[in-house]
Amino acid sequence: MRKNTLLISTRKGLIVYTKNNSGKWIFSNVHFIGLPVSMFYADRDSGTWWACLDLGHWGNKLHRSVDKGKNWEEVDAPKYPEGVEIKSGVPASLKYLWSMAGANGKLFIGTEPGGLFISEDAGNSFELVKGLWNHPSRMEQWFGGGRDHPGIHSILIDHEDHNHIHVAISCAGVFETTDGGIVWEPRNKGLKADFLPDPNAEIGQDPHLLVACKSNMKVMWQQNHCGIFRSVDGGNNWSDISDKTGEANFGFAIAADPVKEDIAWVVPAISDEIRVAIDNSVCVCRTENGGKSWDTFRKGLPQNHSFDITYRHALDLD
Amino acid sequence: MAIVKFTSNLKRFYPNLTELQVEAETISKLLDLVNKEYPGIKNYIVDDQNNLRHHVNIFKNDIMINDRIKLSDKISTTDEILIVQALSGG
Repeated sequence: MRKNTLLISTRKGLIVYTKNNSGKWIFSNVHFIGLPVSMFYADRDSGTWWACLDLGHWGNKLHRSVDKGKNWEEVDAPKYPEGVEIKSGVPASLKYLWSMAGANGKLFIGTEPGGLFISEDAGNSFELVKGLWNHPSRMEQWFGGGRDHPGIHSILIDHEDHNHIHVAISCAGVFETTDGGIVWEPRNKGLKADFLPDPNAEIGQDPHLLVACKSNMKVMWQQNHCGIFRSVDGGNNWSDISDKTGEANFGFAIAADPVKEDIAWVVPAISDEIRVAIDNSVCVCRTENGGKSWDTFRKGLPQNHSFDITYRHALDLD
Repeated sequence: MAIVKFTSNLKRFYPNLTELQVEAETISKLLDLVNKEYPGIKNYIVDDQNNLRHHVNIFKNDIMINDRIKLSDKISTTDEILIVQALSGG
């Protein structure tokens, strides 16, 4: 089904475009103008829109709309329980609302400093998912990547089994639960972390974004800090599919075709040290063969003096 | 009763916000009473651990409060309390 509404979370508000009969995207509206929107999520089951705001001085806020943005209601953002700690002696408190996903009446929010929260009452209240928070690796082996503390930026719920969930954490890696969140296991075999003493370490990897093919969620993709990786067995094993001599290597965003499991897109940047478009020229790369090769597309993208970078949640499919 | 004044920046989120007169023994209790008048506003002033947010200041008679964690500074009926955002971020 073609999609006709484009909602863009920006530091200046939630900006809405709609597609007209000619197929052209037309500005429609802006919500929360002037306020940073860290994440937007449209719950397809309930139709509820969710907006996470990062108000700086005033903290992180959560708003919902049941009428597609005509009216917004602020609800309590997730709160870390009293007494929980990021590290020994460092109390945990909410720093950032970074990801949302929902299914079967459950709503999840991924946060910095590494807590996953669940609501089972349509967002009226949230609880920390203790199974992940209490994972034995968290205190000593998770750390911040570009942010002060670890953060959950990707939540994938298996649409055939809602208790089967993957999350991706920068920096810790991919974790999987098959029981709705009680027991979690790392799924990082085959990834590389060239910023760690042991690049093959099971914990401490930096997936920038985790996505899956909707028609076969065993096929997963991640744009990682150290390349592009693909798994065909639900994250149990990862293969490096970066184009080491081409563009498709470093970046943040990745999008998977919902039907064809060999197709994915990325938006490359030069490297982790130089985070701008390659040759100051923006391109999108696509593989149609599971990462064996990549094609580069430039038409319609800035090709001169462009210093842009596309972050993890800023690529999607029409 | 102590007078509570707010930065105008909070009017973005609470358009009807005006100064209040509140009878409370501590800053913490004062914020609870303010929150009754303006539901949810406390979450803008303190974080999820009930600590004063890093970039928010509370002044008592032009002097910054001491206890940003438990907000235990005492208040008397003649005090004027000012809640403002810190000047951070340029």
